[in-house]
Order: sequence, then C-alpha cells, then structure tokens
Amino acid sequence: MNDFAQTVQTGQSAEAAQTSSGLPLQPVYGPRDRQGEAEPPDPGRFPFTRGNYPNGYRGRLWTIRQYSGFGTAEDSNRRYRYLLGQGGTGLSVALDLPTQCGYDSDDPEVSDEVGRVGVAIDTLADVEVLFDEIPLDRISTSFTINGTAAILLACYVAAAERTGVPRDKLTGTIQNDILKEYASRGTWIWPPEPSLRLIGDTIEFCAAEVPKFNAISVAGAHFRDAGASAVQEMAFTLADGVTYCDTVLARGRMTIEQFAPQVSFFFYTHGDFFEEIAKYRAGRRRWATIVKERYHATSDKAAMFRFGCVSGGASLYAPQAQNNIIRVAYEAMASVLGGVQSMFTAAWDEPFALPSEESATLALRTQQILAYETGVARVADPLGGSYFVEALTDATEARIAEIMADLDAHGGMVRAIEDGYLQGLIADEAYRAHRDIEAGTRPVVGVNRFTTDEPAPDIQAYELDSEGRETQLKRLARIKAERDGAAVRTTLAELARAAEGTANLMEPLIDCARAYCTVGEMVTALKAVWGEFRQPAVF
Amino acid sequence: MPNAKRPRVLIAKPGLDGHDRGAKIVARALRDAGFEVIFTGIRQRVEAIVATALQEDVAVVGLSILSGAHLGLTTRVVEGLRKAGAGDIAVVVGGTIPAADVPRLRAAGAAAVYPTGTPLDVIVPEIRTLASAQPGRHEETPCASA
Repeated sequence: MNDFAQTVQTGQSAEAAQTSSGLPLQPVYGPRDRQGEAEPPDPGRFPFTRGNYPNGYRGRLWTIRQYSGFGTAEDSNRRYRYLLGQGGTGLSVALDLPTQCGYDSDDPEVSDEVGRVGVAIDTLADVEVLFDEIPLDRISTSFTINGTAAILLACYVAAAERTGVPRDKLTGTIQNDILKEYASRGTWIWPPEPSLRLIGDTIEFCAAEVPKFNAISVAGAHFRDAGASAVQEMAFTLADGVTYCDTVLARGRMTIEQFAPQVSFFFYTHGDFFEEIAKYRAGRRRWATIVKERYHATSDKAAMFRFGCVSGGASLYAPQAQNNIIRVAYEAMASVLGGVQSMFTAAWDEPFALPSEESATLALRTQQILAYETGVARVADPLGGSYFVEALTDATEARIAEIMADLDAHGGMVRAIEDGYLQGLIADEAYRAHRDIEAGTRPVVGVNRFTTDEPAPDIQAYELDSEGRETQLKRLARIKAERDGAAVRTTLAELARAAEGTANLMEPLIDCARAYCTVGEMVTALKAVWGEFRQPAVF
Repeated sequence: MPNAKRPRVLIAKPGLDGHDRGAKIVARALRDAGFEVIFTGIRQRVEAIVATALQEDVAVVGLSILSGAHLGLTTRVVEGLRKAGAGDIAVVVGGTIPAADVPRLRAAGAAAVYPTGTPLDVIVPEIRTLASAQPGRHEETPCASA
C-alpha cells in the first residue's frame, strides 16, 4: 500500500502538457487565447457550438438507453415485455454475429456463435416471435445492425404489416453505417460501392415510406474502440457522414433538407474530461458548418448534429475493476457537459463479463444521480465562455478539419478504407497508446500506477444453452419445410435482378421477407451480383 | 537486415468477431522485434488459416479470439495443422480467455495462452522461444542479391 507515495511523482509531468489526442495545452488560459475568434452564439443557434436547444436539458433530459439482447427470440421477447411493463418506451436490439454478417443459424461455419452476443434472426418468423404482443405503433426500436440493416428493416416492416401496423407508424433506428464496419467493427459483407447504394436505398425508403424511422446512425464509437484518438474519432465519423450525404445527393432524388434530419451520430466518451467535452462541442459546430457550406442547407434543423454515446468501452480496465465505476461517472458527466442526446453507461464489470443485474443497475443509477442530484443539467452549456473550453473547442475543430482534409486528399473515405490507409491510422494510434500504457507514460490507476496483487476477476462468456440453439434450429428447419418454395425462388430472383439495375431494393427485400427467405439467402443472392469485400490486412 | 534470420509468425482471427485491436498490436510488436509477420485480417475460416500457415511456412500461429468461441476454434486449428502434417507449428491463443479455460486450451494443443492484459514484454520473448525451437525451418532466408 506504499504505492500512495507515488502521488508525489505524478503532480506535474511532461505528458500533462497535452490532451490524450496530442493537442498541446498551456498551463492557464485567458481572454487572449482564442486568436480573435467570435464568442459562440447562444445555445440553440447555428452553428450549435453551445448545444442544439436554447434551454439545454430543461425542456428534455437526455435519453437513458441501456443496450440488451441475447439468446433466442423467445428469450429476448420475454425481456422486452418485462422492460416495457416497467414503463420503458423504447427497445434496443442486439443481434448475434451470424445475423450481423449474413449467415443463417444452421450454417456449420458459424455454429459456435449462434445467439452468443445477441439474438439470432434467420427469417421473418424470428422477428414475429421477437416482437410478439409488442405494439410496434407505440414502441420505438433501435437495431444495432449494419451489413444486413436493409434486410432487418425489411423484416421489421413486414412483421409490422402482419399485425396491421402501417409503415408510417413505425419509429426507431437502424445503425446502418457500413463504412466504419470496414475500418473497425468488422460486420461487412459486400464491397463499399454496392453497400453505399443499399444505404442510399434505405435512406430514401425511410424518408418516403417510414418517415418516423431513423435510417442511419453514423458511428465513431467503433473507431475509438479500435484505437482512434478522440479527435480522429470525430473526424472519421464526420467524413463518413459526408460520404453518406454525398451518396444520397448524387442520386438526385432527394434534397439535404429531406433526409439530413433523420441522420444521427454515435460515439464513445473516454476519460480525458475536457477533451471529450471539446470533441462534442467542436463536432457539433463542424457538422453544422459542413451541412450549410457544402450542401447549402437552408434550415437549421438539417444542420443539427444529434448524437448518442457510450461512456465506458475501451477506457475500462480489468485490474481493480471497481475503479471503472468512477471512470464511467466522470465520462458520463463529460458527455452531458458536451451536450449528449442519449447515453448508455457501461457497467464496471464490462471488461470481463456480461453485466450482472447489480452492476447494470449501478450503471443506470450513475446517470440518474448525474441527472437529478449534481445539477449539471440545470443550465444550458454551463462551460460556454470558459477560456480553456472555448480555446480547446477551437483547437479540436481545427484538428478535425485537418484530418478530414487529409482523408479528402487521400481520395475520400471509400478509397482510404479500400487501400487500408484509414485502418493504418487507427492501428498507429492504438499501438502508440498501448506502448504508452505499458511504459507508464500514460497513467492508468490500477494498471500502471497504484497497482495491487489482487487477482483479476474471472470471466465467463455467455453461452446460448443447447436448448436455445435447438429451438432456433428447429424453427428454421420448420420454416424451410413449410414455406412456399416457388415464392422463395421468385422473390430471390427478383432481388438479384433488381440489384443488377439501379432501382430501390427495399420493396424486393420486403417481398423476400414476406416469403420467409432467410437472411443468409438474401445475402447470398446479393453476393452473387455484388461480390464480397476483401479486407486489406493492415497492422 | 543482412544475414539475420527472421522467424515467421501468422497472426490470425478465426470466427466472426471483429475486435482486431489486440491482434494488430501484437502483430506490430512482433514486427518491431524483428519477426516476419503475416496478418490474416478478421473473419477467417479455420481451413484458410491452416492453408496460410502452410503456404507461408510459419513457425508460430497466433490466434486472437474475443467472442468466447476460443475452445472450439483453437481445437480446430490445431487439428487442421496436425492433419496437414504441420503439427510442429506452435499455436498460441490470445483474447478474452477465462482463467478456467487456460488449461483446457493447453490440453487442446495451445503452446501458450495470453488472456487480455498480458504485457507485450511477456508475449514477444515467449513467441521468439517457440519459433527458435524449430531450427532450420520457418525462417526467411536472406536474399543473396540484397
């Protein structure tokens, strides 16, 4: 316990002179440190540096949204109905990896992963069970799904139809951000170009047919978990956002005003407190500026940057794991001071287990204490006008713009992904951070400072029991035996034919879903036309 | 590096999990330490990993698995190498590995297991020892004209 003597050495050191992203820091800030920049306008006014809403959180608190989903459709349906019975109004669906990557549960290559990290969906029948007795016209559903997002959306629309709920009553979100999958999260299927076309199809389909459903959530969180710094995370994410907007606008069927309000963003908040606050303030301003300058949007609504975040992720550590409670609390506070719209706080045991009920409740309480006890939500953008926070916001925005310009000069995000440039940037940063932590130059309490000999807590991976897997495989076998084989062949052939042209693929996908084609069959039909992504193995 | 014999290592990610941060950090640390490193990228089939190990004539295969499916996948890679007559290639495993599974992975044929948090200063020298246990094989011959 004489580790506490180390406090003497950590008071002031060289690395304290920069943020974790490498932005230089002065010992103190004053009025001359903003290099003649104008004071940011009030909250609720373009370019929204100080937040989207004039009254901050007074009108509406951020949404507290905790992520869950596991096992079979029956297991998840029971959990969802319990949550809704407790007063919840929204669901967040986690899908298993075979569903996310486009394999059916009976594919021998993926048998180890069925139902492991989320619920398994093979056909419309699973979606019907998943939402059994849940009123889809009144409940909003968020799907963390990307590669197969269009297919899951098709199944959701078809399932709603079966229960008499029309498309324009559906609310929710699909993540549907494929670019970050290629560079970090990994659930890609087809090459970037046809994938972007499919995203364009979903955005247009939602704007026209499912107007209350968010077609895309552009996510930086996974860049961050793969190793990107805070400023890289924001820069890469905005660059992806630009790529999606360019894609939709190039098709010439929609204006920025029509779809931009349905585009939202998603990040990780890590431990460098002021850097995270500046990241969100700078990101909000940069995006608003891009939407107005690049796309000539006329409404403020189209230029508004709305985001959700996770506090936790790769900023949590297994040694002295309860320290993570404190980390998550500070991160959650930074997110709120940065103006977040919706937040998931990770449980302290996340680095080594699925959260227990106790740790998940504590994570929820962390947000509730922040919201109702600390008073940080009483005044809009309470840090606005701080010499330091405004100067760091300026410096962060400038660095974000530099990184985006570099990606542009490289030929854009698609090019940077295909040749591995983006992956290289992330790997460089991950390696640097790892070496810094191992060398002790980046202090982490309990990991490289104030360490103890307490054994790391044991981990136990969640495993779908054989009964659950059996239920899933039996349902799939039954559907395959009972469905109309001719309808399956016809709708899949029509999907492939449409994919060869430029028509919107959502209606052909909904036809496939109605015919109980499997996710794997739809993916395979499109692979035959589009091929598969070949990942550049950069490290 | 004239006349230096560089041990060859394959870093591979079997299964569907996309967490490749650890795999890439280990790959780079090995490269910095003078190894010839081949990285497969994510979502590799077991058969493809075995084929690459043979084709690249590596001394060590490092598997990175964070999905929880480590026991089945490791067993299949070890068996695949043995069946292909390359049972002398050492297989090591890293990722989110419960302590209880370490002896089970060793029993399945893993030469070493590196749960999350294992320092690079432990991993790199151990892999060097495993690689040098096979003199005369799996080492890049320096190009005479270089």
